[in-house]
Amino acid sequence: MAETSVADRHTHSAARAHQFDDAGQQRDAVTMGMWVFLVTEIMFFGGLFASYVVYRALYPMAFAVASQELDIKLGTLNTAVLLVSSFTMVVAVFGSQTGSRRMLVGGLAMTVALGVVFLVIKFFEYYQKYVERHIPGPSFAFPEPYTQPAKMYFTLYFAMTGLHAAHMIVGCGLLTVLIVMAWRGRFTPEYHSPVEVSGLYWHFVDIIWIFLYPLLYLIGRHLE
Amino acid sequence: MPEHIVPIKTYAEVLAALLVLTATTCGVSFIDMGKMNAVVAMVIAFAKASLVALIFMHLRYSRRLTRVVAAAGLFWLGILIALTMSDYLTRGWQ
Repeated sequence: MAETSVADRHTHSAARAHQFDDAGQQRDAVTMGMWVFLVTEIMFFGGLFASYVVYRALYPMAFAVASQELDIKLGTLNTAVLLVSSFTMVVAVFGSQTGSRRMLVGGLAMTVALGVVFLVIKFFEYYQKYVERHIPGPSFAFPEPYTQPAKMYFTLYFAMTGLHAAHMIVGCGLLTVLIVMAWRGRFTPEYHSPVEVSGLYWHFVDIIWIFLYPLLYLIGRHLE
Repeated sequence: MPEHIVPIKTYAEVLAALLVLTATTCGVSFIDMGKMNAVVAMVIAFAKASLVALIFMHLRYSRRLTRVVAAAGLFWLGILIALTMSDYLTRGWQ
């Protein structure tokens, strides 16, 4: 028994690091490590969310009025795009767990494609804000009496969605690397932790958007 | 711990629920409910985030330690916002 386990340990060295007893223990450790990273990400975004709560509490009307300037159709569409991309991501994870390279590569490719669609839509939204002079800076314009607090709203809008978009770009890069690795057959039902933890990252970025959408797009709609 | 494999059907049901909740939160935001608008929007957002975390991120099937780590993140965010607001919301009464 001891001999086979030693032999086993060496035949699986490509997929399993030496410090782990078995594949399950390694997978649990990798997953928990990723969650610890995601907690630091919660606090990273948390500072912006806390700022948002402070300024919205101080200037509720200005935030509601400024929020109406965002394009709710594009915002809602982008929310749906991200939610579907989370689904295609779990299809990829399922493919890696069951050894289906077709589902793995196809799911990852769809996820990257939807991520790019999200970023393109976001770019057009940003461009619209530029045309309307809603980007905080010397050329910022917004009707009185809300000019100054509206500038705060748009500062938070660009900081929060910008940091989110930066995470999306990183996510698309990660998944593209995974597509190449999956294509070369690097993942098996025994070893696919990179797919699983990259999925956790992608879903985390999705959750950030789940909160950004109502906080930024929906707060003043009933005033219309 | 053996890996729990969630069937695709469950994932599809979660996606359908997420899209329905998105349409709901968008629709109710046009109805004037006073302060309840923000409450409803946040309740729906937390419901959606929970679905993603529990099913898509497999927290429901994860080890207890992993779940504690995830809950700690939420708890610390709560401390950040609660202590900040305990300052800002109590400045007006001197």
